Formats: sequence, C-alpha cells, structure tokens
Amino acid sequence: MPVAKSLKVIGRRSINAVWRIGYASRFFVMTLFYSGTSFRRFRLTVKEMFSSGVMSLIIILVSGMFVGMVLGLQGYETLKRYGSESALGSLVALSLVRELGPVLAALLFASRAGSAMTAEIGLMKATEQIAAMEMMAVNPIARVVAPRFWAGVISMPLLAALFSAMGVFGGYVVGVVIIGVDEGSFWSQMQASVDFQHDVLNGVIKSFVFGLAVTAIALFEGYDAPPTAEGVSGATTRTVVQSSLAILMLDFILTAFMFQGA
Amino acid sequence: MERTTLDLWVGAFVVAGLGALVVLALKVGNLSTYNVSESYVLQAHFTNVGGLKPTASVRSSGVLVGRVTGIVLDTERYEARVTMSIDKRYQFPKDTFANILTSGLLGEQYIGLMPGGDDVMLKSGDEFKKTQSAVVLEDLIGKFFTSSVDAK
Repeated sequence: MPVAKSLKVIGRRSINAVWRIGYASRFFVMTLFYSGTSFRRFRLTVKEMFSSGVMSLIIILVSGMFVGMVLGLQGYETLKRYGSESALGSLVALSLVRELGPVLAALLFASRAGSAMTAEIGLMKATEQIAAMEMMAVNPIARVVAPRFWAGVISMPLLAALFSAMGVFGGYVVGVVIIGVDEGSFWSQMQASVDFQHDVLNGVIKSFVFGLAVTAIALFEGYDAPPTAEGVSGATTRTVVQSSLAILMLDFILTAFMFQGA
Repeated sequence: MERTTLDLWVGAFVVAGLGALVVLALKVGNLSTYNVSESYVLQAHFTNVGGLKPTASVRSSGVLVGRVTGIVLDTERYEARVTMSIDKRYQFPKDTFANILTSGLLGEQYIGLMPGGDDVMLKSGDEFKKTQSAVVLEDLIGKFFTSSVDAK
C-alpha cells in the first residue's frame, strides 16, 4: 500500500523533528547551565571572539559601506522626485539602524562565523575529540560549546553597530561628498528622525537576539552532525539555511513588537 | 596569565564596536539633543491635532524648547489635550499662542509657541489658553472650492 507507506514516512519524520527539537532545547539549556566556565576562564571566550568576531570585521565593514552607498544612491533617486533630497540622511540612517544593520550583519555572521563553528565542532566530533574530552572528564559543552556561544552573542551587537555606522558613512560619502546633498540638512534630518531608545537600542536588541539564534543553531548543528564528511557538510549547509530563516522570521516578529503603531 | 596579541585584537574589536554604538547614539541619533537639564510640563487643548505625534518638537522662533509627551482626547470638552515638557531654561508668558505648524509642505508637524506680552509666566501644569489647530489640507481645499464657487 503506497498510502500506508507514505503515512509511515510522514509519521517517522514528524517524530524525528519533534525529537530533534527536544534534543536541541536540552542542548541549549545545558549550554546556558555550563556557561560558568566561559566567564571564569574568560580567555576561552576571548579566543572565540577573535575567530568569530574579529575575523568577521572585514566582511562586515566592507558590506556595510557598500550597503550604505547603495542606499544613498537609490534613496537619492527616489527622494529627488518629491524634491526632498534633504531627507536622505534620515532614510539611510533609519533603514540601517532599524533593519539592515542587524539583519544583514546577522546574515553575514551566520555564513561567515556560524558555518565555521558548525564545521569545527562537527569535525571535532568526527575525529572523536569530543569523546576524548568526555573520557578525560572534561565537559565538552562547558569547554567547547559555551565559550563559542557567548563569544557569538557578545560579538553580534558590536558587529551590527559597526555595520550601521559604516553604512551611514557610506551613505554620507555618496549623498554628500559625491552627489552634493547639503551636509547640514543630511545630519540634522538624520538626528531629528532617529531616536536613541526607539531606533538605536531596538536595533541592538534585535542583533542580540539574532546573535543568540545564530550561534545556538550553529553549535547545535555541529554537535548533532553525523560524524562523517557528508554529515559535517550537510550540517554546515543546514546551519546557514536555518539561521538565515530564523533571522528573517525573528526580525518580523521583533519588528511587529517594537514598531507597532509608533 | 600573560597578554597576547589576540587580546589586543579582541580589545580593538570591542572598542570599535562600542565606538560605533556611541557614534550611532550621538551623531546619528538624537541623544545629543536631549536636554539633561530639568523640564516642566505644560498643556494645551486643540480642536484638531492633525498628524501631531508624541515626541514631536516644540519650537519657539524655530528654536527647540521641548517635546510633546502625550496626546489624549479630553472627553469633558471633546478636544485633544496635548502635554509637553519644556526646558526649564525657557519661560513663557501666560498669553503665549500655541500653534500646530508643519515644517515644509509635507513635513512633520510640530508645536510653535508665539510668546505674548504678559508679565506673568506659565508654571508647571499650566495650560496655553490660546491655541490654533493643525491645518488639515482637505479642509483647506474644500474651503478653496466653496469660496471660488461663491465668487462666480
């Protein structure tokens, strides 16, 4: 019976999915529970901040600059039709600080640092380094997972802020220096429309949540990867796909909460 | 524990990130224009606030003197009651006009204060007696059409 067979497959897959969600939640709670080590031996976290945060700096800064420059160009073309080129500053700054900064920085972070985390932990598992740690009574979650988690969570808001600042600078270069929008109105319109609490702080909160989501997904996929070459490569792909989806969905939810009716 | 070049890089990263946040707060955001000085509260009733929003600016002679903190419908008079916090440095006479103005043709709406000549100054919690509501574009166009029909 093909119907019964496909029903079986669907059932098995859904049970597996629920199983995995439960395992992932337990993994997340364990990571939080054993995070003490990553602060007591902060050196471990600093080392991971170097590989996930500092090494992502170049791509974040360069993309931020180009996104800001594109915003400046496109925004100018559109605003010119309504004769309000002076609003260019507020357009560039608001779209960067509220949305593009946190979201694009998180997407770049997921593909630059998240995939690396998954591959690293997946390979550690495949080469039985994780099992060896357990043999030596070293908790691999405290020693390997938690420092990476906190490094990602700390790095993400900083990267997003750098992305936004760089983007505003890019918009300034294109808008004011190249096209010739009035410098005074560029900055004053920007300052008049960007609110510190409502826009800047909400952007920081967003990037913090994205940092949590991306690192949690990346670490779990690595830890759960089948210990084969194929398994690790599949886990890396899943990290990028799932964290990108998670970022965009969380962004919608957070935006709906933060900017409703204001 | 000894220092390594790794610490230097991570330190520079953290400093740069926090610096970017400060730039966003001061240069991009309006944290620098928030007055840390004391403020006091004034109120005004308007028959129509138009598109006025909380946090809209209150200006006198074009100078920012405060911000709108709240807009509610006063059900005793069926008018909008606007509360605003004004910088303590600025005092206004009792017969000051409060008008809802628009910056530019389609710009943001703000409250413009036109000081009168009274010797008595408004205190915290006082109300502007003389107000002028927002100009609603539709009303204006409607008036223009009816007046041009009358003229024929």
